[in-house]
Amino acid sequence: MTPPAQAIPVHDQALSVSEVVRVLTLQAGHNTTVVTLAAATLGLAAGLVGAFALLRKRTLVADALAHATLPGIAGAFLLAALVPGLGLGPMSLPVLLIGAAVAALLAAWAIQLITRHTRIRQDAAIGIVLSSAFGLGVVLLGIAQRLDVPAGGLHHFIYGQTAAMRASDAMLMAGIAGVALVSTLALKKELALVCFNDAFAKVDGWPVARLDGAMLVLAVTVVVAGLQAVGLILVIALLVIPPAAARFWTDHLGRMLVLGACFGALSGYLGASLSALLPDAPAGSVIVLTAGAIFLFSLILAPSRGVLAAFAQRQTLRLRIAADHLLELIHDNAAPAGPVTLRQFARARAWSPARAGAFARVLSARGLLTRTPAGYEPTPRGRARGERVARNHALWEQYLVTHADVAPSHVDWSVDQVEHVLSDELIARLEAELEREQSGAPAIVPPTPDSTGREAGGA
Amino acid sequence: MTPEEVQLARSELDARPEHSASSPLSVHALTVAYHKKPVLWDVDFDVPESSLVAVIGPNGAGKSTLIKACLNLIPRASGAVEFWGKPFAASRARVGYVPQRESVDWDFPVSALDVVAMGRYRKIGWCLPVSRAHKDAAMACLDRVGMADYARRQIAQLSGGQQQRVFLARALAQEADLYFMDEPFAGVDAATERAIIAVLRELREHGKTVICVHHDLQTVTTYFDRALLLNMRTVAWGPVAEVFTEENLHKTYGGRLTLLAEAAEAVARSQPHE
Repeated sequence: MTPPAQAIPVHDQALSVSEVVRVLTLQAGHNTTVVTLAAATLGLAAGLVGAFALLRKRTLVADALAHATLPGIAGAFLLAALVPGLGLGPMSLPVLLIGAAVAALLAAWAIQLITRHTRIRQDAAIGIVLSSAFGLGVVLLGIAQRLDVPAGGLHHFIYGQTAAMRASDAMLMAGIAGVALVSTLALKKELALVCFNDAFAKVDGWPVARLDGAMLVLAVTVVVAGLQAVGLILVIALLVIPPAAARFWTDHLGRMLVLGACFGALSGYLGASLSALLPDAPAGSVIVLTAGAIFLFSLILAPSRGVLAAFAQRQTLRLRIAADHLLELIHDNAAPAGPVTLRQFARARAWSPARAGAFARVLSARGLLTRTPAGYEPTPRGRARGERVARNHALWEQYLVTHADVAPSHVDWSVDQVEHVLSDELIARLEAELEREQSGAPAIVPPTPDSTGREAGGA
Repeated sequence: MTPEEVQLARSELDARPEHSASSPLSVHALTVAYHKKPVLWDVDFDVPESSLVAVIGPNGAGKSTLIKACLNLIPRASGAVEFWGKPFAASRARVGYVPQRESVDWDFPVSALDVVAMGRYRKIGWCLPVSRAHKDAAMACLDRVGMADYARRQIAQLSGGQQQRVFLARALAQEADLYFMDEPFAGVDAATERAIIAVLRELREHGKTVICVHHDLQTVTTYFDRALLLNMRTVAWGPVAEVFTEENLHKTYGGRLTLLAEAAEAVARSQPHE
């Protein structure tokens, strides 16, 4: 590979702000601009194709395919160098990429053969094919480097190198990625069907095996397109990370596809630009680290599926469960004993008095409890809520004993877990069922609280 | 053997189920094996039109296997399965399928309506998006199972029974004449059970045929017209009133004592005057 015609200036000193801005705004010369845009296109396609690999739970297969491209690249090089009669340039990019694609497809076929005809599971088959193919690639690469033909650029395919890419290489990359992008969009409905429910798709007459094959070919296409820019070891990250990050933000397939593609494009764009500024940093790792940063951000901050949101939901639920326990305890003790002391509550829930006290203050602030000299007393709202929880509790207990096959001695435990998640709809149904069951029998379940009690839900 | 006896033996052989072209499903001498071990052996039955059929038997009796083998989801070791006298590939468009609920990952980024719309894909065809008309059709199917209010809900947020109703709605969207349902009543709430049985009866009224893998012996007599009692082989096949007997259940469920007690109770319930 010849050095790029318009390599951007590189300094040993720290980068100036203006230089960073120049690269990011695509004003760092034709070559850098083309490479950056091509990397963004690659990211766009990878995010889209990767979403289906993720939903089909085939991302590790894609990783094996990526690693299996190495013997393909080295093999194509050797073939072109040792058989000059073919008229192929050993370092011609299309020749190397075709070699890579053939090797990747052979690896996919090998994985399928092993899983179908032996009792080896897919994860082991992937490990076997991935490592064997990569080992073979390393050996072939070693042979290639001993030849008289210059093979210096070959190792760039392992970690990726955008700084050495020419505009024509970048256009080829963008073109291949574009084909994958358009094909995936065209097959969106069919691929989604196979990913969600392959048995149904098969009965419905869709060629599931061929669609799975198409998905693999699309993954291979993206891998091959990304070999030069991202490198074969890390290209899997561009397939997996952007859609995985996108999944945090939405429950809608279309939006997940768009968002995953955008995350991929952003990773490609930022990664290629940064790599242009730091030619010593392999482009692949910079692109992947960018994607990783997006993923981390999504993982922590996404609403509802993010870690913080999940934590908040859990805390809210725990608070609600604890509140319901306290109000039920008060309800059960109400007639004879009057207010509940903190100590009683702490003992009943096995909490420290301090924790019980803090909790009682929270409930007071929410208007469910009032403090009296003798202890805590529920407000009318708190009382109604406690009554309702006690009734749900009894209903559920009854349901488990009469309907489900649960030993009565185990009932209380499950009730404690589940009474707080019963919906009003389910309760209404249980009431009807149980009343039918019990017609004639003495009532075990306390009477329904009045309508104010029903409205008081939600601690 | 006298000629008369030969004649008699012949006619007995000929008395095996007829495979008429009008029959939605004819299964003949079906044998299925997993890893060389047969799980279904020589199963024979012929389902008449507009009937609700329960396939019952203990765990591992091959109930799901039977459905999957009929639908070409798993290979058959021998035997023939015909739909209206034709092979499955030629009759696919008239067959609908409700797989087991546990067979899919419900944390998939689609809504209830999206799943039901999958039942329309065959009519929509390759690469085309789901049009307004097909969306409306899917919505109508959701409505039939009482799930119209949940159309936009992501499927992971539905209860097990609601998910089951979404699967049923998707099969309705296929507009088939013969439906295979793998345990549609497993682990569902009472509202879902009522919704499903209402839909099944509606299908029967419109001349459709439904074949259900069913676990709950208590409801077989009230829900179904015909039962296939299966335990690797066909133990009994025919109208529920004829085949749902204690003796047949005993043969089907063998030494499983708790189930036997349940079966005896179920029979007692279904035949209160005997």
